[in-house]
Amino acid sequence: MIPWLNYTVQVVAVGAGLLGLVAGALGSFAVLRGQSLLGDAISHAALPGIVLAFVLTGTRASLALVLGAAVAGWVGTLVVMLVVRESRVSQDAALGIVLSVFFGFGMVLLTWVQKMPNAAQAGLDSFLFGQAATLMMEDLKVIAGLGGGALLVSILFWKEFKILSFDREFGATLGLPMAALDILLTTVLVVSIVIGLQAVGVVLMSALVVAPAAAARQWTDRLGLMVILAGLVGGAAGVAGALLSGLGRGIPTGPTVVLLVTAAALVSVFLAPARGVFPAWLRARRHRASLWEANGWREEL
Amino acid sequence: MSTLDLEIQLLAVVVATACALPGVFLVLRRMALLSDAISHSILLGIVLAFFWVRDLTSPLLLVAAALTGLLTVALVEGLLRTGRVREDASIALVFPALFSIAVLLIARYAGTVHLDLDMVLLGELAFAPFHRLEVGGVDLGPKGLWVMGTILLANVVFIGLFYKELKLTTFDPALAGALGFSPVLMHYAFTSLVSLTAVGAFDAVGSILVVALMIAPPATAYLLTDRLSVLLVLSGFIGAGSAVTGYWMATVLDASIAGSMATACGGAFAAAFVLAPRRGLLAARRMRARQRWEFRELMLLIHLLQHEGTADAETECREEHLVEHLKWNAKLAGRVIRDAGGKELLELRGDGHLLLTQRGRKMARSALEGT
Repeated sequence: MIPWLNYTVQVVAVGAGLLGLVAGALGSFAVLRGQSLLGDAISHAALPGIVLAFVLTGTRASLALVLGAAVAGWVGTLVVMLVVRESRVSQDAALGIVLSVFFGFGMVLLTWVQKMPNAAQAGLDSFLFGQAATLMMEDLKVIAGLGGGALLVSILFWKEFKILSFDREFGATLGLPMAALDILLTTVLVVSIVIGLQAVGVVLMSALVVAPAAAARQWTDRLGLMVILAGLVGGAAGVAGALLSGLGRGIPTGPTVVLLVTAAALVSVFLAPARGVFPAWLRARRHRASLWEANGWREEL
Repeated sequence: MSTLDLEIQLLAVVVATACALPGVFLVLRRMALLSDAISHSILLGIVLAFFWVRDLTSPLLLVAAALTGLLTVALVEGLLRTGRVREDASIALVFPALFSIAVLLIARYAGTVHLDLDMVLLGELAFAPFHRLEVGGVDLGPKGLWVMGTILLANVVFIGLFYKELKLTTFDPALAGALGFSPVLMHYAFTSLVSLTAVGAFDAVGSILVVALMIAPPATAYLLTDRLSVLLVLSGFIGAGSAVTGYWMATVLDASIAGSMATACGGAFAAAFVLAPRRGLLAARRMRARQRWEFRELMLLIHLLQHEGTADAETECREEHLVEHLKWNAKLAGRVIRDAGGKELLELRGDGHLLLTQRGRKMARSALEGT
C-alpha cells in the first residue's frame, strides 16, 4: 500500500468523492435553470441553522448540524422565492440579501454561543473554509445517506424536474403542481449543499455545484447524460483533490477540489468537440476557406 | 458613550454609507452578486501583494485587491462572451476559483506569517480604532476612518460627476451607446469603484458582510421610492441607520458588530418588504382588497344600468335579486348597497327598488365604454 494512502486519506477521498458526485449531478438542474448562485446563497444561509442546532442539541454530531443547516438553507431559499414573487427586487439582489443577512445573523449567534460556558465551538470554525481532514466515518454515513436520498428523489421525480427546468409553463398546463415541485427540487439542492459544508466550506461549496454541471453541459445536449457526466466530473475531482492534498502538508482539500472542477469546466468550454470555443473557431475557419476556394476568391481581396 | 464607542460607530456609519452608494447601481443593474464575487476574489490580490511587500498595512494591498476585483469582472465577462455559460454560472465559476487559489497560497506559504483568514472573511470592527493614523507624532484618529472616508468621498465625487452617465447606462445602455457614452467604459469605471469600496470595507466588516451593506440598504430604498436621487440619499441613510442600530445591538448582546450590522440591514429590508407604503406586502394586499370592493360596486352599478327603465326593472333591481344574479351572499349584497348608497351612487326606494343616481349612471357608463 502506498504510504500516504492511509485510513484518513481514504475516508476523505470517499467523502469528497461522494460530495462531488451528489453536488455535481444535482447542480445540473440549478445551472440549467439559471440559479447557479442559489448554491452560494444556501451555503451561507446555513450558518444560523448550524449554530442553533449546536445550541439546541449541545453536540457537534454531524447529523444534527447538517439538519440545522438544511433547515436554515431551506428557509433562506423560500425567502428568496417570496421576495422575488412579491416585490420588484430582482433575484440577484434577493440572493445577495439572504446570503449576507443570514450569514450575519449566524455570526451574531456564533459570537454569542462562544461566550457560553463550556461551549466547545470546535467544528463550527471549519464551517467557513471546510476541513476535509476532520471527516470521520460517521460523517461519511451522513453524506452517503442524505446524498443518496437526494439523488433518489431526483430519479423518482426525473420527468417532473426535467419539465420544471426546461418549460415550467408547459408543466403547469399539464396540471403538474409546479410550485410544489420547485420547492422539492430546491430542497434536494439544499441537501446536496449542506452535506458538503463541513468538508468543503461555505465559500467553495458553490463551485462544486456549478462547475461540474457547466463542464458536462458542453459535452451533451441530453439532460440524463449531462447529470451523469456532471456527477462523474464532481466525484472524480473530489477523489483526486483529496488524494492530492494527502500528498503533503498545507494543501487543503476544498480549494484543490474547486480548482480541479474549475479546470474541468474551462477545458470543456474551450475544447469540447461540439460546443467548445476552439473547435467552433476551427470549423468557422474551415468553412471560410472552403467558401473562398469554391468561389475562386483571391487571398488579398 | 466613550470615544471608543463613538469612533467605532463613526467608522461603521462611514463604511455603511460608502457601501450603499455604489450598491444602488449594483441593485438597479441587477449585478448584486458581483459584489459577492468581488469581495471574495479580492482576497487573492491581498495575498499576492502581501507576499510581495510582507506588510499587512501597506496601501499596495488596497491597490492589488482593487485590481483583482477588476480582473474578476473581466473574467466573468470573458467567460460570458464565449456564449457557453450563463452569467450566473460564470460568476459562480470565477470567484470560487480565485478564492481557492488565495486559500491554497495562504495554506502553503503563509503558515508562519500572520494572515488570519477569519479576519479577512469576517473583519473586526472593534479593533479598528486601535490602528491610529499619526503624522509627526500627532494622533489624527483611526486609520480605517481615514481610508474609508476617502473611499466614501471618492464614491460621492464619482457619482456626482458621472450622475447623468451612470443613470443613462443603468436604465438604457443601448441609448447610452447610441448617444456616444460608452457603457463598457462606465461599467469598468464603476466596477473599479465597487472593488475599491469592497476592499476598504472588508477590513472592517469582512468580505461576506460587505454584500449586506452594499445590497440590502439600496434594495430597501428601492421599495420606497422611484427616483434615483432619492434612492441614493435614502440608501445612504438606511445604511448608516443600520450601522448604528447594529452597533448597539452588538453591544447589548456582546456579539459580533459586523454580524449585527448585517442583521440590522436585513431587519430594515424585512420592514420595508412588509410595510412599504405602496410596494409593501400589506399595502399590496390592502390595494387588492380595495380593488375587489370597487369592482363589486361597479358590477352592481352596471347591473342596475342594464335593467334601468326596462320591463323587469322592478324584479331585477332589488337586493334579494343580487344574491341570485351576482352570486353574492345576502350580507355582502347589503354591504355593497349600503356602501354605494353612502357614496351617492344609488338610492334605495322605500319599496326596496334600487335606483341609480346621476353619478352612479355616469360611472357605470364610463366603465362600460372603457374610459
